Amino acid sequence: MRWKPRGGSMPGTSSPAEGAGVSASGARHPSWQARDRGTGRWLVSGPPLAYLLVFFAIPALIMVVASFTPPGEYGGLAPLFEDGKANLTLEAYERLAGDPIYWEVFAKSVVYAGITTLCCLVLAYPLAMLVARSPRKYRDLLMLLVILPFWSNFLIRVYAWMIILGPQSALSRAVNAVVEPLGFEPVSLLFSSFAVLVGLVYVHLPFMVLPLYANLEKHDPALLDAAQDLGANAWQRFWRVTFPLSLPGVWAGAALVFIPALGIFAIPDILGGTEDTLIGNLIKQQFLETRDWPFGSVLSIVLTAIALALAGLAAWVSRPRRTA
Amino acid sequence: MKRSWALYAAAVAGYLFLYVPLVIVVVYSFNDSRLNAEWVGFTFDWYRRLFANDEMIQAAVNSLAIAAVASLVSTVLGTMAGFAMHRYRSRLLPVLVLTPIAIPEILMGVSLLLFFVLLNFTLGIVSVTLAHIAFCIGFVAIVVRSRLAGMDESLTEAARDCGATPAQAFRLVTLPLIMPAVIAGALMAFTLSIDDFVITFFTAGAGTQTLPLQIYSMIKISVTPEVNAVSTLLMLLTLVLIVLASKLAPGALRTS
Repeated sequence: MRWKPRGGSMPGTSSPAEGAGVSASGARHPSWQARDRGTGRWLVSGPPLAYLLVFFAIPALIMVVASFTPPGEYGGLAPLFEDGKANLTLEAYERLAGDPIYWEVFAKSVVYAGITTLCCLVLAYPLAMLVARSPRKYRDLLMLLVILPFWSNFLIRVYAWMIILGPQSALSRAVNAVVEPLGFEPVSLLFSSFAVLVGLVYVHLPFMVLPLYANLEKHDPALLDAAQDLGANAWQRFWRVTFPLSLPGVWAGAALVFIPALGIFAIPDILGGTEDTLIGNLIKQQFLETRDWPFGSVLSIVLTAIALALAGLAAWVSRPRRTA
Repeated sequence: MKRSWALYAAAVAGYLFLYVPLVIVVVYSFNDSRLNAEWVGFTFDWYRRLFANDEMIQAAVNSLAIAAVASLVSTVLGTMAGFAMHRYRSRLLPVLVLTPIAIPEILMGVSLLLFFVLLNFTLGIVSVTLAHIAFCIGFVAIVVRSRLAGMDESLTEAARDCGATPAQAFRLVTLPLIMPAVIAGALMAFTLSIDDFVITFFTAGAGTQTLPLQIYSMIKISVTPEVNAVSTLLMLLTLVLIVLASKLAPGALRTS
């Protein structure tokens, strides 16, 4: 990591005094250092801060408040103040706690996201390893090839699997050509949990490759040579050297796949059958169809809590350690 | 270093898994059959239909207009945020900039829906644009900050020591140096905006269509090669933008 000076720089010396608020370089630029910290700072960080407060933080707070209000008579929210007192209730939370159906949906979403993460790991590892061990001049191109599909439209990537798994597709016909003579009912690949999982893995795969590659690229090949000299075969070299060293990358990738996969609604909507209802579908339903906003807010808050807890956990597990 | 054939085979399979589905979408957009099942013959019919479809054209115009405004505003705000995150130690700004990227998109979608409806703000192109700006800021900020982190700070300091005001030092020294990252950020923001489905879905209201919303309602009804045609054009557009962005700021695209 390159030493990053904040105010001014004194090459070669990292400045422990920085944390105490006394910049080591402060004395070098007495005329403008102090002034920069004042108005300039707010001129630069003020507008994006204000924008995100209004269009991200306040809506999030509104959602928290909404989760404590009763539903409105015609959907939406009931007025926050009625007859001069606050109209607050724990109704929506009690409804979530009291009905196991919702917990099943949460559990199912966690299972789907978990399977997705594992499949992505298995598919991404060889990709990341190959790119990391390629000659330096090809690495950027090979990584660009991994990332490009991620930047194409999400729905198009899901739609592609509608074609591949559809009843008239070559794949479906091939599967049924095998299954039917054996006396089984014809299989429908589309509108199934299988299709949902394929879609989830396909959409999230690049998120796993990126952190894995960033980690594997830094491995010192001498370690593998040393292992080989000591008599380790390829399998042992992987499981005892490469894989343990790559764990921070694995955890980072797992978080990047698991968290977005947890909230997805469009993939079950498009590729799934009737039982493939995940948290995302439930939230969408509460906001757009049932219009029970307090309950939708409660579900969203629980999802946020799970996502943030997992992101924190992943950051903690993959934190840089001195002894690694 | 020796590479085993197994690693090669697995990696090639990985690339095939990534690209075959997209190639299929493109190939069938030229197929002379209503069914995306087998190759019948070559045609431009689906593209012709697309350009005769007024709803689709309107959706494309909306998408482009939203992406143009959203990328412009989020590039300005994102560059400021990236600069501020690099220069000043702030606890709040990084949280506000990075959380929208880290949490599932649907959460931002529904909370903005609540926000706009409670304010009696009519859902439509404007609300979608405001929402897009909010989630694009983070991506631009990350690209700009990483460029600043790799920059030689002494150049700006030299400018200040020579008597430049902070604004002059930024405009004449820092900005030209980070320009490739700023442009790459703008291209990324444009792509993110034109491709966004989830947040748009919740903030667009009933009457407004964008390309992804149009694609969604079409594939909910049935699979038709017209979707393949619009998908192919949209992918082509993103491909150009992203390859351009990756040339301007190598490594920028990995920040997401």
